[in-house]
Amino acid sequence: MTETTNQADISLDALCAGDRAEFARLVDAYSAPIYRLGLRMLGNEQDAEDVLQNTFLSALTHLVNFEGRSSVLTWLYRIAVNEALMVIRRAKPEVNIDDTEAADENEDFSPSQFVDWGALPEDLLLSVEGKQALDRAIQNLPENLRMVFLLRDIQELSIKDTAEATGLTESNVKVRLLRARLSLREQLSAYYGERINQEKKNG
Amino acid sequence: MAESTHSNCKSLLGSLSDYVDGDLSEELCREIEKHIAECEDCRIVVNTTRKTIDLVHVSNLSQTDLPEEVRDRLFKRLNLAAYLKPLPK
Ligand SMILES: [Zn+2]
Repeated sequence: MTETTNQADISLDALCAGDRAEFARLVDAYSAPIYRLGLRMLGNEQDAEDVLQNTFLSALTHLVNFEGRSSVLTWLYRIAVNEALMVIRRAKPEVNIDDTEAADENEDFSPSQFVDWGALPEDLLLSVEGKQALDRAIQNLPENLRMVFLLRDIQELSIKDTAEATGLTESNVKVRLLRARLSLREQLSAYYGERINQEKKNG
Repeated sequence: MAESTHSNCKSLLGSLSDYVDGDLSEELCREIEKHIAECEDCRIVVNTTRKTIDLVHVSNLSQTDLPEEVRDRLFKRLNLAAYLKPLPK
């Protein structure tokens, strides 16, 4: 096995042989995305730091089992996702985050907002307020949708890698991604619809 | 919205993600483009969904750095303190 990951040129051989310096390079290459995922999933820095530490501790222990079927980063995401889910289950046992469609099957994701805000100027959409609205909308997503959305649309994993990292099927990933995107669209439409109305009122 | 096109709105919704990601066959793309030329609601949904995803990408939400003290504690926890190199500025 002489393969290296393309993202950060980490040597798997060295990692598996217990090379500490190489593991340190792995940590530096991937700790930021893992921390961010935890932060957005859990909403607070302490939990995000716990997930970060536990992810790399677990990676250190299980490195010998890493088969190289996915990239190292996807494998780390998989560990981090499980760590984050454990925190969520502990804090909110009532939340359904598991691989069952049944719970949200009845929820209606059909669009109800038809405001065409897409043509608003970029400097409004990307203003501090605009970004805050987007941030809020993401944090409002239910955990099971947010996880998929973060991996796919923010960390920009492929559908296949998102499935790998979450343990969901690809079709399940696609369903959740669509619902997450529709929910964000709905929330932003409500937000910008209001702003457009305000401006009309103010002339 | 015409009665005959209404069922198309639902099926468009099912292909929306693949459509905005550019993962849809040419034939299905043409069907969608034909539908949104006639259905304003769906046109708005497609445009604002695309815009939503664009905003997520250009807002650089994925670019937050790891706080230095979080990195320090991580290296200590992993017994890697000896390998903690100063971050390039
Ligand atoms: Zn339609």
